[in-house]
Amino acid sequence: MIIGLDVGGTHTDVVLLGEEGLIREYKVRTDPEDLFSTVLAGIEHIVEGIEPDRINRVVLSTTLTTNAIVQEKYPEVGMIVSGGPGIDPEHFRTNRHYYSITGSIDHRGREVAPVNLDEIHEIAAALKKEGIRNVGIVGKFSVRNPAHELAVYHAIKDDFGKIFLGHHVSGNLNFPRRIATTFLNTTIRPIHKKFFAAVKQSLEQKGLMIPIHLLKADGGTMSFEASLDFPGQTILSGPSASVMGAIAFASETEETLVLDIGGTTTDMAILVDRAPLLDPVGITLSQNRKRIQTLIRSLETRSIGIGGDSAVRLQDGILTVGPDREGPAMAYGGKVPTPTDAFFVLGIQKGDGLAASTAGIAPIAQALGISVEAAADRIFDEACNVILSQAGQMIDAINSKPVYTVHELQEGLQVHPKRILVLGGPAPEFADRLRTLSDFDVRAVPHWSVANAIGAALARTTCEVTLFGDTQREIVSAPEEDFSEPVNRNFSKENAVEKAFVLLRDKAVRIGADTRDLEMEVTEDLQFNMVRGFYTAGRNIRVKVQVKPGLIHGYQAIIERLLSNA
Amino acid sequence: MLCAKHKTGLVFFPAFDWAISPNHPEREERLLYTQDQVLEEGLLDIDGIIEYKPDIATIRDIQRTHFCVPDEWEVTTESHFISAGGAKTIGMAVMDKQVERGFALVRPPGHHAMRVVHGSRGFCNINIEAMMIEYLRTAYKVGRVAIVDTDCHHGDGTQDIYWHDPDVLFISLHQDGRTLYPGSGFLNELGGPNAAGLTVNIPLPPNTSEEGFIYALEEMVLPILADFKPDIIINSAGQDNHYADPLTNMNFSAQGYARLTELLKPDIAVLEGGYSIESALPYMNVGIILAMAGLDYSRVREPDYDPDGIRQGREVTEYIRRLGDKVMTGWNRRDETRKELQAGKTFDQRRRSIFYDTDNILEKQEETVRICEECGGCWSIDTSSDGRKRALAVHLPIKGCAACRETAYQWYESADPKTFDLALLQDRQKDRYLKREL
Repeated sequence: MIIGLDVGGTHTDVVLLGEEGLIREYKVRTDPEDLFSTVLAGIEHIVEGIEPDRINRVVLSTTLTTNAIVQEKYPEVGMIVSGGPGIDPEHFRTNRHYYSITGSIDHRGREVAPVNLDEIHEIAAALKKEGIRNVGIVGKFSVRNPAHELAVYHAIKDDFGKIFLGHHVSGNLNFPRRIATTFLNTTIRPIHKKFFAAVKQSLEQKGLMIPIHLLKADGGTMSFEASLDFPGQTILSGPSASVMGAIAFASETEETLVLDIGGTTTDMAILVDRAPLLDPVGITLSQNRKRIQTLIRSLETRSIGIGGDSAVRLQDGILTVGPDREGPAMAYGGKVPTPTDAFFVLGIQKGDGLAASTAGIAPIAQALGISVEAAADRIFDEACNVILSQAGQMIDAINSKPVYTVHELQEGLQVHPKRILVLGGPAPEFADRLRTLSDFDVRAVPHWSVANAIGAALARTTCEVTLFGDTQREIVSAPEEDFSEPVNRNFSKENAVEKAFVLLRDKAVRIGADTRDLEMEVTEDLQFNMVRGFYTAGRNIRVKVQVKPGLIHGYQAIIERLLSNA
Repeated sequence: MLCAKHKTGLVFFPAFDWAISPNHPEREERLLYTQDQVLEEGLLDIDGIIEYKPDIATIRDIQRTHFCVPDEWEVTTESHFISAGGAKTIGMAVMDKQVERGFALVRPPGHHAMRVVHGSRGFCNINIEAMMIEYLRTAYKVGRVAIVDTDCHHGDGTQDIYWHDPDVLFISLHQDGRTLYPGSGFLNELGGPNAAGLTVNIPLPPNTSEEGFIYALEEMVLPILADFKPDIIINSAGQDNHYADPLTNMNFSAQGYARLTELLKPDIAVLEGGYSIESALPYMNVGIILAMAGLDYSRVREPDYDPDGIRQGREVTEYIRRLGDKVMTGWNRRDETRKELQAGKTFDQRRRSIFYDTDNILEKQEETVRICEECGGCWSIDTSSDGRKRALAVHLPIKGCAACRETAYQWYESADPKTFDLALLQDRQKDRYLKREL
């Protein structure tokens, strides 16, 4: 049996899945001040009375590290950054103990200026004096040649605790994002480690000796042990849980828009042939009014301020819903009417709140000169229209992304989904209304209110490998994997893809994959003749492969059960 | 967080799957390292730098600018439509005020493509800047345009397209044509009789370095622009004046190009040549983008940059100073020159041969322009190339007067079927292109 747990802003959802389908589901209020108790309470409740050895896997998705970043509750760390020619790395300063050093590597991975070890020793002494324990080291073009990051690492490794190296975070180019991502990994690691070690220990005390997997932002999972080297990858895994929860119910041949309608936000994503679209660069986090741009692989999602608790207002005769929230619905003691109040008035939601909801919507109805029911209808329509128009914008944005080859521009991916899958609390009601307001084929996902936890439970382990070959320099390398090998001049793109698949398989298994779940694919394969003078001097090869995000082996049986008892 | 002072749009289209031939300087690899550097520097993440997807140019965009013989399909590839479309995308973003400035880093380039096109010259088939400009003049009614061509090779195609146009100032800085392809761009090339003086050539001696370029800009280009008062400044941003460029003999650097961009303040820059793809282009393009956006570029330099090692000699400095005096004298005398060229004539004629080096075609032209005080004057070109179709190409300028209009249509309609295979009319006033098989 598998446990899936997804910590949301309002609720934490937990499910227990087995061959018989959904065995149990449970919702507990999220206590943002004490996520540990929330997670533990969720798991304890869901396994009550179940033999511990019947549970073989737990997958968690939590907001822990995201909250730490958003609230800027960082432990101090040291950052050592090597820029070389280009933009001054001071512009990418992440924290107080941030040092820019000499030395540089060029775009082909050749050393331009060496590292100065005296300088490094001075910085190390200064960091030690400040009591810094964890350090991040990042060099420009380190994904082409990590020699400088490694030189700094070897010079200081005995003096510090955990040291993160920039070339391990991603095979993608982007120095500022590599700095930010390395910093995030370095700074959140203690919080991340403490939290999940405590969860693991508590479960073990209850006899649950099960491997813990964590959901990542790209919709895949990794083992808790592997996550200690990449804690940043678990940031913002919430939206990916929802998307994975919808995957099993999406068409295998058509594009599908997924909507997770929650209390404060609606998260949107696109599935193409049951695989989610990934962000080409990396996740962007919001912190106050700053953006933190990272190289953390993530799903292409858009989050908009529309949900059951969005504030409804009437100004100059114009009715608006969201994007903000001013506390709960009036039905639950709030001060501002919300779509949830409209649901009470329309009889979609039942309970004691009806009177408060009616009182809240009455002034709007009066100002519009219509009945309270008609006003509630208008509110519902408005919420749906905002969702539809934002979904349209997301699709346009995906379709207008730049492309770099003639081939892509003509045959590049264009998405035109005709189906929508909805999950979240009021999913069936929203599905009905969205269907009447648009041409989409709209459906609610079975078990819509806990589909996100089901998605987390069933997500497979994913990873990516970037391989770079240069037959003029006679080298092939995947710095992310600490791999580099001499090659001869005949090394080709086909050899590179083969090599990359071997590395990918090893990596996937190392971070927790089941060998039956290794659906591998090539996401990029480019080869350029390097001509110097009038002769071909070598080939420049770039290959990227991934384990495709998707569901674990054997999920079909579970899904069929879910569908039959939905 | 970095924030651009001037909101800057970029189109980046490296055409990773298109080349003239595998070993050609204009090949797939050309913008590869530029892309690496641009991505690694995180330029596309900077606030106020916006990347656009290139639109695809249309046949109509080509017809506004060129007469293609036998037709447009014959002289283009898909990549040309995207590269010209990329320039157009940037032009529109600037005109719509989505951005303050824009830079199209696209290939293939276009500034050797002339008004009539039989094939490829100097790696160029269609003139992507001119197509963008003609689109902007029609769609946005842009009045006065200045083009500053900073490619190391003379921008002979762009010069040819605007030779008779009094509303477009064309300035080209380049390595002296006695020492480099295409062998033109001398001081005496001043423009046709109706637009005399509005073609300005600044042929610089080999080994000119930052000092000479910045001098030419400050003492010639900027004062001329100040006089002309253009509504828009376009930079044909070729990057082959670099000291590491394999095809040329100049000593310019990434710092120099960035400084030049900062001083010139072009509204739109379009990439032209530049073939030091590994040691120069990545740094120059980063420098130019930062300079356009108003960001600090002082740390952008080539690994082997040594300003003293590439400094120009005294004789070069002296030569450029004297050249400056001649250029400015020519500019200041432009009204007199026009009167001299027009004196007593109703029509002016010239004959020339144009060689398409990339495609090995020799074209013969006989051009007739109507001398006109009121507009740029209509003109016609009788064009033919060995064994191919002979065409009569007639152009009516965007502000063509009634008399020119009448003449242009009469030329087109009375084209002799015994002489010509094709009659073409580019009516820029009505934005029409007519074609008759004879």
